[in-house]
Amino acid sequence: MKALQTAFDLVLMLALLWLAWRALAAPDLFKGVVLFIAFGLLMALAWVRLHAPDIALAEAAVGSGITGALLLSALARSRRLERDNPPPRRRDP
Amino acid sequence: MSAPEPMADHARFTPARLVTLLLVVALAAALGWAVWSLPANSPGLTGQSLEQLPRSGVSNPVTAAVLNYRGYDTLLEIAVLLLAVLGVWSVAKAEPRADDAPASPVLTAFVRLALPVIILVVGYLLWIGSFAPGGAFQAGAVLAGGGVLLLLSGGGRAALAQEGWLRIGLVLGLAVFIAVAVGTMAVGGKLLEYPPQHAGTLILLIESAALISIALTLVALFVGGRPPGRSHRGLSEAGERKDSDES
Amino acid sequence: MSLEPALFYALAGVGLFAIGLHALFAYAHLLRKILALNVMSGGVFLFLIAIASRSAGPVPDPVPHAMVLTGIVVSVCATGLALVLANRVQATTGKMQLPDEGDGA
Repeated sequence: MKALQTAFDLVLMLALLWLAWRALAAPDLFKGVVLFIAFGLLMALAWVRLHAPDIALAEAAVGSGITGALLLSALARSRRLERDNPPPRRRDP
Repeated sequence: MSAPEPMADHARFTPARLVTLLLVVALAAALGWAVWSLPANSPGLTGQSLEQLPRSGVSNPVTAAVLNYRGYDTLLEIAVLLLAVLGVWSVAKAEPRADDAPASPVLTAFVRLALPVIILVVGYLLWIGSFAPGGAFQAGAVLAGGGVLLLLSGGGRAALAQEGWLRIGLVLGLAVFIAVAVGTMAVGGKLLEYPPQHAGTLILLIESAALISIALTLVALFVGGRPPGRSHRGLSEAGERKDSDES
Repeated sequence: MSLEPALFYALAGVGLFAIGLHALFAYAHLLRKILALNVMSGGVFLFLIAIASRSAGPVPDPVPHAMVLTGIVVSVCATGLALVLANRVQATTGKMQLPDEGDGA
């Protein structure tokens, strides 16, 4: 049983490191943000393994959910700005 | 979706990048060695926290640490929430979403089903935080998630335009927390020194006010700008006053 | 620390911090930098909670838990403000990166 727990911990940690690297190195930022949201959910699992259920709740809601929503919203705004291709020094609408 | 962002910024393997990589690896090795030499068992403040738990007003040690032992940190954290909204409101104005297509009916139906459940979960998390994992921050975050869902499905914009109520809600958490802090000083104790028989009630009061502020702050951060009104001017327009904006 | 989960998680936290730090330096795109900062915060929180779980009994040390809870909330506030500022940089200068000294921007 202990070996199974250790194996789970090891896989979880490797997955965290892998996801972090792929999220930051993704050529398409949308894919990067989605991988980051998955990274946040795996972090919530890590908190549960470390006996921190309060933090797990907060991370799943805030760290993964709200931060993901903020990042996607900013990405969409950024793509919209690029598409409309404003000249420099344009004011806020 | 448009084309992916150009890879030009991270396709070059310059010497500077190699040096950065080596330095970061060296830093990671040093930190890893420091972690390796930490003791395997270190109780930290667990003993004292559990000892004082009956006097703290709650029975969840994490909630006691957040709102009682380290209450001052939480007070400043709620101030940081307000500061973030102030910063966002100073920089940008909320964009009207008239350009996008109307929300899909699946999303609308789902939100209609999910919102009552979300509110129930929020109430539960707020209440149970005193006895089991939960608390104001988790509940506030779930409520903010409900708010974001509502905005995405097209509702809630009219409510966000009610700027007076919005401002009151954003400030409520900090105001109640400061009132309790000053109140404990006025009664003769030190800052945030709850009297043990009222500690549970005070903590619940602070958490309820903070719940509303946290949820409104996170939704305001998602909206990403100040509500469209006539009577304020952000830093962006400070140098270019428009006569039509004078009110 | 002997071979146990807390040690591995703490090392994973250090690894995440290093990955985020390298990405912060390596990429010029502001959204990538913000992602990197979030990954670094995650690494630090992982380290703190791993340290807190070393307590002898069944209950971990709640004070680092309180600090990480505060840290998560402050981190999302900073991310929100940073994203709005990044969009503002793009609206003003036309591209999503800070102007270098060599450019005329």
